[in-house]
Amino acid sequence: MKILVAVKRVIDPYVKIRVKSDNTGVETQNIKMAMNPFDEIAVEEALRLREKNWATEVVIVSIGTDSSQEILRHGLALGADRAILVRTSDSLESLNIAKILKKVVEDEKPSLVLMGKQAIDGDNNQTPQMLSALLNWPQATYASKLEASSEHLEVTREIDGGLETINVQLPAIVSTDLRLNEPRYASLPNIMKAKRKPLDVIELDSMGLALKKHIEVIQVTAPAARSAGKRVGSVDELINELQNQAKVL
Amino acid sequence: MSTLILVEHDNQTMHPATRNVLSAAQQLGGEIHMLVAGYQCNAVAEQVATLSGVHKVLYADKPSYEHPLAEQMSDLVLSLANSFKAILIPSSTFGKNIAPRVAAQLDVAQVSDVSKILDNDTFEHPIYAGNAIEKVRVLDAIKVLTIRTTAFDAVNAAQAACTIETLDKECIAQSSQFVKHELSKSERPDLGTAKIVVSGGRGLQSAEKFKLIEELADALGAAVGASRAAVDAGFVPNDYQVGQTGKVVAPMLYIAVGISGAVQHLAGMKDSKVIVAINKDEDAPIFQIADYGLVGDLFELVPQLIAHLKNK
Repeated sequence: MKILVAVKRVIDPYVKIRVKSDNTGVETQNIKMAMNPFDEIAVEEALRLREKNWATEVVIVSIGTDSSQEILRHGLALGADRAILVRTSDSLESLNIAKILKKVVEDEKPSLVLMGKQAIDGDNNQTPQMLSALLNWPQATYASKLEASSEHLEVTREIDGGLETINVQLPAIVSTDLRLNEPRYASLPNIMKAKRKPLDVIELDSMGLALKKHIEVIQVTAPAARSAGKRVGSVDELINELQNQAKVL
Repeated sequence: MSTLILVEHDNQTMHPATRNVLSAAQQLGGEIHMLVAGYQCNAVAEQVATLSGVHKVLYADKPSYEHPLAEQMSDLVLSLANSFKAILIPSSTFGKNIAPRVAAQLDVAQVSDVSKILDNDTFEHPIYAGNAIEKVRVLDAIKVLTIRTTAFDAVNAAQAACTIETLDKECIAQSSQFVKHELSKSERPDLGTAKIVVSGGRGLQSAEKFKLIEELADALGAAVGASRAAVDAGFVPNDYQVGQTGKVVAPMLYIAVGISGAVQHLAGMKDSKVIVAINKDEDAPIFQIADYGLVGDLFELVPQLIAHLKNK
């Protein structure tokens, strides 16, 4: 079986972001980028399924500029077999990303698509569900445990209030939550080896997709700052403040 | 043209966040229809019908709707979608699972975690873990939105029950089945809607010592939350987690104990009205957003706080 994993290049999660002064977006020039952490978990899960001999091939795909190749090389160094870059300089919304991925799925015919539950830049949490809808495949979102058999997957999902287990028939889309696994690190020999693994570049324009704009970003602003707080010296003082100043007790 | 709200419930009571989604829908204007789909959930439909401002309840009661699988819920919503200009779902795991599927089936955009409605096409929502706010205009005719419920006031007023219309449509998900639930049981207020939240972090050191947080919460009638570090260390189950990857809360009072204040955590609580931080590290980032900071050993300060509250 083949697993397709979709990965995104995002601002490194440990970087404190800055909103551009013209309010058109967030500063990305000269900022450390990384693979979206939820996608690393998806890659890891795919590799584990291959190690269990459930999957025979792990293909990773990313959509973006040439810079996304570094994320794909990282995925190859972790152990993916092959990579695909859909090259475009357009900034795309979730629905259009899902439409591009649908085309990739139709070409690659994987039995399972693994994706992060959300990208830490847009925080949308949409693409896996949208891709499932477009393919009319079942979806298992927020997976924290996955048991695969030849026909179906038993997936434990993290939901508000606890856990839910569902059974989905293959082919299916699974989106990963943080607790699914602990991603491995790439070793130096594997980083070297990854340079020789196949990385195909497909131009978005050559895919024959009619992508329409559905959302217009008007502006991006910094959130309202909280006013400076006060240090209190004792529990008595804290309770007094909460009762008499803040009036929340 | 009107707004459809997909109601989250457990077949017995509607989720309290329904009141907040309703208030967001009222800002859009037009009639508001509530879709209650479940199994033996007429009590929910009756409860929803008495919320002020609801024009009609659409009630779908079928065994297959007992658990809200995305495949069948989105097909059901889709069968109704064309008579509405907006479809609103709370931004919970329930809503986030279903809304994008509905939007893609309709070939329209979906806006996640809407925190402000500027007009019928223009919305604000947080991105980058709440470190930036994006204002977007949706160009599609039907708007599919998940609502950040803590950003909208709850509708508490009641009305004489409106019409409840029974829907006969049954959507069965052939390729997906519910297996089981493992829900964490708690006597305390729900984390998402509590007026006061007390959260503990890695500073609590163990599951045993985390009970101190629960004692403090009980003294305040508060819900208990936790940082991701506390969850990962196994002190509490993961549905206690407040943060970008857990729950987003905005209570009147948030007390962070032994939590350093990583970006991940702040994204889940920084809209709280009053934030109190108790931490021994005076340079902890949590103090930069706390209204009241108390530097010291939590194992001395928290028992003092509990004693104080009990003597009141």
